[in-house]
Amino acid sequence: MCQLDNAFLLTKSKINNLKSKITMIQVNQLSKKYNGTTVLNINNLEIPKGQSFGLVGNNGAGKTTFFSLLLDLIQPSTGYITSNNIQVNTNENWKSFTGSFLDESFLIGYLTPEEYFYFIGDLRHQNKADIDALLAQHEEFFNGEILKNKKYLRDLSKGNQKKVGIIATLIGNPEVVILDEPFANLDPTTVSRLKKIIKDLAENPDVTVLVSSHDLQHTVEVCDRIVALNKGEIVKDIQTSKETLQELESFFAV
Amino acid sequence: MIKKFIYLEWKAFTRSASFGTNLAMKILIGFLMVYFSVLFIGAGVGAFYILKKMNLEPLITINRFLIYYFLFDLVVRLLMQAIPVLNIKPLLVLPFKKPTIVHFSLGKTVLSFFNWVHALFFVPFSIVLIFEGYDILGVTFWLLAIFSIIYINNFLNIILTNIDKLFVVFIGIALALGAAQYYKLFDITVFTTPFFQGLYIEKGLFLIPVLVLIGLYLFTFKYFKNNLFLDAGLSKKEDIATTENLSWLNQFGTLGTFLKNDIKLIKRNKRSKTTIVMSVLFLFYGLIFFGNTHQPAIMHIFAGIFVSGGFLFVFGQFVPSWDSSYYQLMMTQNIPYRGYITSKWWLIVIATFISTIIASFYLFYGWEVYLTIVVGAIYNIGVNSHLVLLGGAFTKTPIDLSNAGGAFGDKKAFNVSAMLLTLPKLLLPLGLYGIGLYLGDKTLGLLLVAGAGVLGFVFRNTVFSIIEKRYKVEKYSTISAYKQKN
Repeated sequence: MCQLDNAFLLTKSKINNLKSKITMIQVNQLSKKYNGTTVLNINNLEIPKGQSFGLVGNNGAGKTTFFSLLLDLIQPSTGYITSNNIQVNTNENWKSFTGSFLDESFLIGYLTPEEYFYFIGDLRHQNKADIDALLAQHEEFFNGEILKNKKYLRDLSKGNQKKVGIIATLIGNPEVVILDEPFANLDPTTVSRLKKIIKDLAENPDVTVLVSSHDLQHTVEVCDRIVALNKGEIVKDIQTSKETLQELESFFAV
Repeated sequence: MIKKFIYLEWKAFTRSASFGTNLAMKILIGFLMVYFSVLFIGAGVGAFYILKKMNLEPLITINRFLIYYFLFDLVVRLLMQAIPVLNIKPLLVLPFKKPTIVHFSLGKTVLSFFNWVHALFFVPFSIVLIFEGYDILGVTFWLLAIFSIIYINNFLNIILTNIDKLFVVFIGIALALGAAQYYKLFDITVFTTPFFQGLYIEKGLFLIPVLVLIGLYLFTFKYFKNNLFLDAGLSKKEDIATTENLSWLNQFGTLGTFLKNDIKLIKRNKRSKTTIVMSVLFLFYGLIFFGNTHQPAIMHIFAGIFVSGGFLFVFGQFVPSWDSSYYQLMMTQNIPYRGYITSKWWLIVIATFISTIIASFYLFYGWEVYLTIVVGAIYNIGVNSHLVLLGGAFTKTPIDLSNAGGAFGDKKAFNVSAMLLTLPKLLLPLGLYGIGLYLGDKTLGLLLVAGAGVLGFVFRNTVFSIIEKRYKVEKYSTISAYKQKN
């Protein structure tokens, strides 16, 4: 029995080792300044393929800035990010394997949720059947409030809009999934369902998940590794363990 | 209390996105405003003498056309007049009395451009009347009555604003009345002229519009005061959505994906829907020029460009801005810029083509006139469609599509400054046509303009590459501009 346990642990660490061998996202000397104020400054950060990566920090810590840089929505002041060896601000090929949802500006308000999913599907070369299958898989997450509801996305509540945005990132089996504050605005039931979705994603060794949040507990639950940002600098970088939550809580306590 | 409101208004005005545009634009707008004001005042002064010269009694003639004037004014208002609102929601829970909020909101509309612009015509006209020996008291009462009616329109617009498509009804009424009068079936002016004339002759009659105005104001006030709740007047109207597949567009690949989206964009947003109405109005623009011997021949090409170019000017002008609210999404998806731009280009081409076909009623003026329109269309497709897309890369004014607020909602459907940007697109063909006229005749002028269009069409791949590059260069500043809403 004990041997079996050991063997199991061994394989698990092997997989982890194997996972960590390939770097998916590499940050080099990255900084972002606005009018002389540095809002983000990361010298070096490697995110291995298959990791579920949590970014925590207070308001203004630079979480969204980091994700925006990763998605080439803003220009870095210095340095660069590579995703799967593609430098994101010079080459656009990262778009084909990256799914992301930062805020409502990723939704097209005048479409129904179905139309939105099919639109993203078209752009990611998925046919209608693929999308329908994905939607069926997440029916529980939608809680009957999204599909066939005769509402445009602009008329959905914030929480329901978020559900649509999150599921849309999964279209086309992306290798990198980026979610900014996915837990905010969601009801408790949906939060626990979302955690399950992220955990399932994290189990897939090919998918790298990046999640940011204010909520330490949620992040600790779903992520293998947590990086804390404060005023644009990395102040903590820890592999998740039993003690992580306590460590983080005491760090952020005044 | 009012002082606080004015303070808020001033901040809203000076910090609005449109005010923050560059200085050159402001100067241009300022210049054009002065120009049009002078034009209006000139018309007010000149109208009297021109009509006199045509052996018409000026006041009676003006009174005859007033009914159409007011109908047209109402249509324009329903289409274009934004209802200026304070940001009411945050005020509701602050210690302001509700009547104060409503009075101020309504009072603000009184100062709207759509009201005082009429003064530019009517005030000088009345002054001339008095100078020419008309009864001072009569003219004053008449002017008072006219302004009451203008303000009645103002408040009617506020009340009726929530009813979609109402302007179509008024356009219908105006057209029906006009046609009936033209074919001598029924002449509405027979009934209305004595009334408007009576405002001048009968001393007490002006009280009727004034009293109606006061009544209407009280009604509007009460209506809004009673509806000043989040789930009533301030609520957002929700449309019943239907999922449309438009699967017949699938055969066009990526282009089809974008076309599908654009069709839904136009159909489902108030703001974009008005572009369709505007393009229809543009169709009739040529009526001013063709068959009018007072206009110089060179202006014909101007009309030719406008007739088929309505959609191009009002929709194409804002091309990436239509997608501004979800531009970040577009930039993170696997989207080829070429496909995106091509789809918009096709949309413009299709609309131009349809307009040209509808415009065939101009054949009534002779084939030469229609040829001018066709040449204008060729130029629109070949050159202006590219110019408009290229200009779009620099426009960067976010468009709030979901701007379908309730009774107090802002419906800024139309941007005057952007309309002015169309002028450069007209000067080049005007120049080419002018050179043709100068060197030879009409045919040479048309050939030159059409040639420019064909040339643009032939080199469209090169042009698309330039546009694509421009969009890529502008990407980051566009994203950050679109993030600043309102």
